[in-house]
This record gives sequence, structure tokens and C-alpha cells, in this order.
Amino acid sequence: MINILNHFSNELFVGFGWTLLASFLTLVFSLIFGIFIALLEVIPHKVANKIGRGYVEIFRNIPLLIIVMFFYLIVPKYIIQLNGFTAGTIGLFLYTSAFIAEIIRSGIQSVSGGQMEGARSTGMTYKQAMQYIILPQAMKIVIPPLGNQFVNLIKDSSILAFVAGFDLMYQANAIASVTFDTMNSYFIIGILYLIITMPLSYYMRYLEKKLA
Amino acid sequence: MKKIIWPIALLFSALMLTGCGKSVTDQSALKNVRSSNTITWAVEGDKKLFSLIDIRDDQEKGFDIDMAKAITREILGPKGQARFTLATSQSRIPLLKNGNVDAVIATLTITPERAKIISFSKPYFRAGKSLLVNKDSDVKSVRDLNGKTVIGIVGDNSVEVIKKVAPKAKVVAMQDYGQAVSALKSHQGDALTSDNGILYGLAAQSAGSLEVRGGTFTKEPYGIAVNQNQEPFHRAINRAVDKIQRSGEYNRLIKKWFGQVPGFNYKEMYYK
Repeated sequence: MINILNHFSNELFVGFGWTLLASFLTLVFSLIFGIFIALLEVIPHKVANKIGRGYVEIFRNIPLLIIVMFFYLIVPKYIIQLNGFTAGTIGLFLYTSAFIAEIIRSGIQSVSGGQMEGARSTGMTYKQAMQYIILPQAMKIVIPPLGNQFVNLIKDSSILAFVAGFDLMYQANAIASVTFDTMNSYFIIGILYLIITMPLSYYMRYLEKKLA
Repeated sequence: MKKIIWPIALLFSALMLTGCGKSVTDQSALKNVRSSNTITWAVEGDKKLFSLIDIRDDQEKGFDIDMAKAITREILGPKGQARFTLATSQSRIPLLKNGNVDAVIATLTITPERAKIISFSKPYFRAGKSLLVNKDSDVKSVRDLNGKTVIGIVGDNSVEVIKKVAPKAKVVAMQDYGQAVSALKSHQGDALTSDNGILYGLAAQSAGSLEVRGGTFTKEPYGIAVNQNQEPFHRAINRAVDKIQRSGEYNRLIKKWFGQVPGFNYKEMYYK
């Protein structure tokens, strides 16, 4: 194990960097996009509802690998050249957004209907009521499932290995195939994944306590 | 403090577990295969001409498979059973080391690094690395690879080889041959490198959209791998390979599998 750390510290470092970058980009963008989709699902507008619903059902119900392969193999062939990292991160972003949208929607809908009525009766527009009254309460409710999804997306980023995205999993495969020490190669990246996921886990827990 | 002790204890127990599992390789493989009358081979399932699963009857077919069957017959007699376990380029050596299989016959190149942890039989196929490209590609040989992206396979030594012959080429390693070919067709790389025999198989499968170029640029014969410290079994396999090659059965198998491949001089592969 020390051997692997000595010889492949460069590879592991690079892998850690790509995994961190993919996770960070996905986390930020899928949170924003997820809120947008959730709003499409709840606003009183039939067409918007259908679009939001359709998005969630499509991307939630297709295996992540297929979405990623689509961006890695099909899109470059007909539309635009994407490398493994870009294809993988786009796929991960679209996939995670669907789950985050569902979590936010459940949060919005669990805020009592009286809140909206109350806000509107003070003269707020629908948009204002949503922005200042409903969403802040909803976000507080959904912190635990959201934390869950964030941790999941970091682990899901190992999908990059399948499209040569140079992430931790890719490096572990490469290291294992050179050293033939499969167990320790994966053990080490397991710990590196923990280094990313644990602080996030604790932070979400802290947020939950602070806002409760 | 208590909170910290548990994760650490778990970590150590996991570490200790990784040290287990040596006992399989201490038993005599030859005795085991004789008593069960079966040799379990690790083979690959995605290599046309060497070992490809025929989806019509779910059987593996190819040169490696026929060699494995012939060697099994030589060692165990006509009633001996050859059982096949599917492996990937990445899992074939771990499967052997863990004792899941008795031997590996899976287009495995004999390299000094591998020979440190497993034992190779005498070479049974004279392979060498070559390049597979899209028909419209401007790559003609390895000399054109600097600055290009080359696709390799995880667990294959092609990645290291390319770094030597074309240091400025970028290498991306894919999980298996199916994905590697898809990536090549989607222009995720300019060339796919692997052993000539495999590449001719892939070109034959591609219905004319891919071709092998530039000849071979390395000499990397395939060997059959067994665990170390299994001298009797190792010798039995070498004797069997020898017999198959001398009896002319080897050349028949070469012709059977490589005789029809366009552009491939199969007679060069004959045992002389």
C-alpha cells in the first residue's frame, strides 16, 4: 500500500483533482438546475408542469452509464467533440439534476398551503411569495435528502472512469492493472473518496442543526 | 475518543482481510485438476478470432478456446473437461492469483513485470502491437502518432508501449474492446493500439469501416499463465503446448481461425 502511494502519488493526485472538479461542477450546476426544474413542476402552468415532469422522468429512469455514453459516443459523432471528462460531467449533471428536482419539489409541496395564501394576501406576487416565503422554508426541509444526493453524486462521478475521464476510479483501474494489486489500489481511492464525502456529510449535518 | 476507535478498528480489520487468501496458491494445481478432471481457464469473451462468445449458443469460440481444449485433452486425457471463466483484460491476472481459475489463456502477453508474479508457459502465439484506425484517418504508422490521441485498454500493456514509441501521444485507456472501438469510431482517439491478431478480428467485425495499418511495431508473444510455485502443472502445460505444436494440430488451428482474415499473413504464425 505504501508502495502504491509512493509510486503513483502523481496519478492519485491528478485523479483526486478531476474527481473533485467533476463533483464540484455537478453539485453547483445541478442544484441550480434542479431548483429550476422543481419550480417548473410546481408553478400553476400546465405546459411548464409537463416539461418539468418529463425531464425528471426521463433522466431519473435511465441508467447514468447510458446518459454518459450518449455524450461520449453519439454527440461527438454528429454534433460536437466532447472529451471523456466533459461528457461524463454533463451526463452526471443531467442525471443528478433530476433527483435534486424531485427533492426540492417534495420540499416545496411540504410547506403548508396556508403559507402561500398568507403571503399572497399581504399583497405579494406569486413570484415574491415563492422566492421569499416558500423556497427558504422548503430548502430547510430538504437539507437531509439533499446531503444524501450530494454524497451520491460524488460517488457517481466514478462513472468518468468508463469514458476515460482520468478521475480516481480511472487511476485506480490503471494502477491495479500495472501493480496487479487490485485490493490496495481500490482501498486507497476508497479513502480518497471518503476525504471528499465526509466533510460534505458533516457540513450538511451542521447546516441541518444550525437552521433547525 | 470512543468515536474514533471504531472506524480505526474497522480499517485495520479490512487491511488484515486483504492479506488473506494465500492458501489456494499453496495447493498443487496439477493434483487439483487431476482429481476434478477439470481445468478451469480464464478466457476473454470479447475478442473475435481468439475468444468471442457466440450469442447464438452462448459458447466461447476462437483460437485461445481451441488451444485450451487441446491442452486440457493432452493433460487430462480425452475425458478431461475444460471449463471457461470469463475475464477482462483487467481481471484475468487477479482471477488467477485468487485461485478462481487454474490457468489463463487470454491473449496474455509475456512481460517481465507480469513474470514476477505469475509463471508463463512457452509462447503459443507470436503477437505484436499494431494500429487500428478509421478508414479516413491520416495515421499511417506509429511515426504519425506524436501529438495524437491513442486509445488503449485498461490492463493491457499497450499504454506503456505507446509511451515508449510515441512519447508525445496522449493515451486514454478504455474498459474493454467494445468501448474502445466505439470510442475510435466516435473519433475520441486517432488510433486504437493492441495486438495484431485482436485488431484484425476487430477490423473484420467492423464491416469495412476500420483497418489495421503500419504492421507490427513490437514483438510480444502470448503465453499461458499459471500461478507461481506450481512447477508440475507449469511443466505439464509446456509439454502439452509442445506436443500440440509438433503434431501439426497447432498449424491447423492457426489456419482455421486466421486463414480467412484479409490482410493477415497467417502462415507467418505457423510453428516451424
